[in-house]
Amino acid sequence: MSDPTVVPWPRPAPVARPETVLAVDDVVVRFQTRDAVVTAVDRMSFGVRPGEFISVIGPSGCGKSTLFNVIGGLVTPTAGLVTVAGEPIRGPHPAIGMVFQEESTFPWRTVLDNVAFPLEVRGVPRRVRNEKARDVVAMVGLTGFEEHYPSELSGGMRQRVSIGRTLASEPKILLMDEPFASLDEQTRLLLGDKVLQIQQTLRQTTLLITHSITEAVQLSDRVVVMSYRPGRLKRIVDIDLPHPRTSEVVTSEAFGHYVAEIWGDLRDEASRGMAEAEAQRGGTR
Amino acid sequence: MSRTGVDRGPALTGAATLVGLFVLLELAIRVGLVDRYVVPPPSEVITSFGRIVTEENIPQRFAQTALEGLGAGVLITIVGVPLGVLLYRRMVLRAAVQSWVAALAAAPLVLAYPLFLVIFGRSAWTIVMMGFVSGVAPVILKTLEGLTATRRVLIDVGRSLKLTPMQQFRLVLLPAAVPTIFVGLRLGLIFALINVVGLEFLINFGGLGQLINELAERYDLPGTYAAIAFVVLVSVLFFAGLERTERWLRPGR
Repeated sequence: MSDPTVVPWPRPAPVARPETVLAVDDVVVRFQTRDAVVTAVDRMSFGVRPGEFISVIGPSGCGKSTLFNVIGGLVTPTAGLVTVAGEPIRGPHPAIGMVFQEESTFPWRTVLDNVAFPLEVRGVPRRVRNEKARDVVAMVGLTGFEEHYPSELSGGMRQRVSIGRTLASEPKILLMDEPFASLDEQTRLLLGDKVLQIQQTLRQTTLLITHSITEAVQLSDRVVVMSYRPGRLKRIVDIDLPHPRTSEVVTSEAFGHYVAEIWGDLRDEASRGMAEAEAQRGGTR
Repeated sequence: MSRTGVDRGPALTGAATLVGLFVLLELAIRVGLVDRYVVPPPSEVITSFGRIVTEENIPQRFAQTALEGLGAGVLITIVGVPLGVLLYRRMVLRAAVQSWVAALAAAPLVLAYPLFLVIFGRSAWTIVMMGFVSGVAPVILKTLEGLTATRRVLIDVGRSLKLTPMQQFRLVLLPAAVPTIFVGLRLGLIFALINVVGLEFLINFGGLGQLINELAERYDLPGTYAAIAFVVLVSVLFFAGLERTERWLRPGR
């Protein structure tokens, strides 16, 4: 029987959105598990404007990371499509640079060699790529650590190396999946400042996947709120806080209002997720 | 403590422990707790070093055992690592032969030496090939394990940068697997050296193994233990070389 929620093959033509550099159109992702077919993402649509910082937030298990992999071209959606400047994505796209949630530096490479990695694979001569990599290392605040190995750095520094490596490839769109998830709250805030500073300097289009409301409000121009499984678009919240922005914004009254507003959207979804997880745990006992 | 002091600490402790054990053993033998006709006093073993070096042509024997060990080591590397890569790439082949390779690693292959004698004759080739066959299985298995255990996120970094399969292998998979491959090489080299020296002993041909056989038959116990010490020295040299190679191939650990 055909499912009305799934956009049929062939896929629809890309929707022309002149103000959009990245478009997610009616994306559906289904996984076959041992017992059933699970819909992870259901008819998700939104666009990202050039130079914009946009966050996608949702409760645990809502399909955020699946969406990250679809946009990054690592997972093919069951239906719908993602386009970069109107061009459909059919695999990793050179315009998109990915920063992963898990620590992803190459432990056998120094900070400089990690950052220079995308240039090395493109065949850029060593002198040129090292010069470029040094600039990026300075941008992410790691000057003096160029010859250190990741094992000699803190978790926050390693994540900055990953961000630097992605920036060195000069992507049109920086795509990040909870890059600060494993860090403590203070490091997260400071690293958020650093990312925001880089984003504002480069006018870098950035899409951040996160489960932290404060992080989303602190960094973003808009926040895409997802529902619990299957992950659907619940609402898009415009964050009208002044630029240039730093972590000091978290003390403002407007910041608190935005956090409360998004939490209002998320609370029911998170409760539903928690109840479902507890029911599953009870069922397996 | 200075950095040099910290670096030398483990080596000094190791040496002191060894000296302490020798002193204890010497005392145990001298007071009659250990029979000196089973274990000679360490002092006699040490004084016999000079004698066996000059009288038993140790440099030539040492070189022969080391070269046979090196030959087996080179063979287990150039055959074992590519075979491990092949099993990683070909799922069907892996499913078909992995358990056989594991069985090969556990088999007492030294018992097959008469077959090797027939094929290669009473020569260094028999010894090298016996060492190779005994040591290749752990290298294959550990290469496969290292490649399979590469963290998914590192592979995804490569995919996100659109690496070619060759770049993905050379720049991500292989460096990530190096530590595990070297565990296999160490194991393989242990098996290879045991078989090299064991076969020299068994077929009474060549280096230190043959010398141990001769000295034992002459009941020259201090000389036998001194010759065994030279076998340990071959092993130490190989392991030091492996460690340096690993650090060169996989820095940052």
